[in-house]
Amino acid sequence: MEHPELALDNPPASAPVDAPEHWRRFAPDLDPAKVLFSELVPGGGHWSYRLPRGTALRITALDAGANLSVVLYSAQEKLERYNMPDSLKAQHTAHYTRGHVLMSDMGRSMASITADSLGWHDPLGLLLDNRLMREKYGDHAYQQYRNGMYRSGRDGLLIEIGKYGLAKRDLVAPVNFFSKVTVDEEGRFNYVPGHAQAGDYVDLRLDMDVIVAYSAAPHPLNPAPGYPANKIGLAVWRSGPAPADDYCRAFRPENARALHNSDMLYLI
Amino acid sequence: MTATAIRIQESALDPAHAVLDHTVPAGEPYLLAINQGQTLRIVDCEGNQAVDVIFYNRDEVAEHYSATETILRQSGIYLTTGSVLYSDDGNPMLTIVADTCGRHDTLGGACAAESNTVRYALQKKFMHSCRDNYLTALQHADIGLGKRDLVPNINFFMNVPVTETGDLTFADGVSAPGKYVELRAEMNLWMLVSNCPQMNNPCNAYNPTPARFLLWNP
Repeated sequence: MEHPELALDNPPASAPVDAPEHWRRFAPDLDPAKVLFSELVPGGGHWSYRLPRGTALRITALDAGANLSVVLYSAQEKLERYNMPDSLKAQHTAHYTRGHVLMSDMGRSMASITADSLGWHDPLGLLLDNRLMREKYGDHAYQQYRNGMYRSGRDGLLIEIGKYGLAKRDLVAPVNFFSKVTVDEEGRFNYVPGHAQAGDYVDLRLDMDVIVAYSAAPHPLNPAPGYPANKIGLAVWRSGPAPADDYCRAFRPENARALHNSDMLYLI
Repeated sequence: MTATAIRIQESALDPAHAVLDHTVPAGEPYLLAINQGQTLRIVDCEGNQAVDVIFYNRDEVAEHYSATETILRQSGIYLTTGSVLYSDDGNPMLTIVADTCGRHDTLGGACAAESNTVRYALQKKFMHSCRDNYLTALQHADIGLGKRDLVPNINFFMNVPVTETGDLTFADGVSAPGKYVELRAEMNLWMLVSNCPQMNNPCNAYNPTPARFLLWNP
């Protein structure tokens, strides 16, 4: 029941670092001179990085129906964090695509969506917790299923932010990349199945130094009967900070001001 | 339950029997302890006044109102009669038991000096804001809550529709003078309020006004 990625043999002592260039498989268009590292994330997997301004995350769905829940905190001042309501109301949007930026509670752009093959990523912040996961998929704990155990998005993100001294109360509403949820006139959710296909991708340029934490657990409204353990490919590459003629700066005047506010953190 | 449609429900409670009757002036913060079983009424005194509220478990202040848990569990974004407000741990904090307005927002958040620079102009940063109100109340109260606890809130009497094409819109207020919402506390609570001072958009009809709070014992 182990994930295939986790069933690999240990590397030989002569080549002890198993960091293959995964990105060549799922993001071959990236400039090899700019790629810094890459990973394969199994469904339900979670991790976090401290990444500097001017780097970008290429996030690729390796399976149809993938979901990646992402939260962002300023690496310099962790009290500054991604804020869903501020981002949505400033951009008058309930979906994210190229041109949108993810704003902090301090009025700065933390990250910009600079490329997107899909056109809609879910910003409503819904997250799978253990209760809902058990209700939907039953109990799949470690004792019986080993590393094929089911992982909730909430616990994955709590583990990751805990590595930086952040607690449950600090967990913010995430962005659910690759998922689409519409809202009807009565306010009801409509999860759109079959939205992301294998190969869909998004580029997230970091506009300040951030802690980025993610979980590849399924979206809580995904109606698939079994736990959708869909894989994600991640590549971090050197994009440089937003130029003056940046698409996201020009997308809305609000975004220009949010990026200006980020620039003010990096005066020299 | 799908608590999404507008559900008008009047209350039989008599203000003469309330144990608390307090009016918060325009633009001011308010922090109130509410006990499990008590019923809270918030009145939009003059109409179209956004009242920005966050609830905390008073016995365990790290547990806070969660907009996302609440909308996930009712599978819809609007709050009205019958909506249960959940914490980040998935515990019921309050239940809306009466509502003469019919729709309240929990996606629009609270205004801040910093977000004003983004939404309107850099020079707006010196205007009064909800998050300044929140921080003022929490700094003075010193009850173990701070900026990290300023999570997405409820905007009572505010109408922020999401369209099927994925836009977030700010519609005309559904509220009017004297409309109220009533909530039963399911645990001991702190209620943190900012009576919204925003002057750059129509959420307070460009004229912030008082809000009245009443409390009844069970």
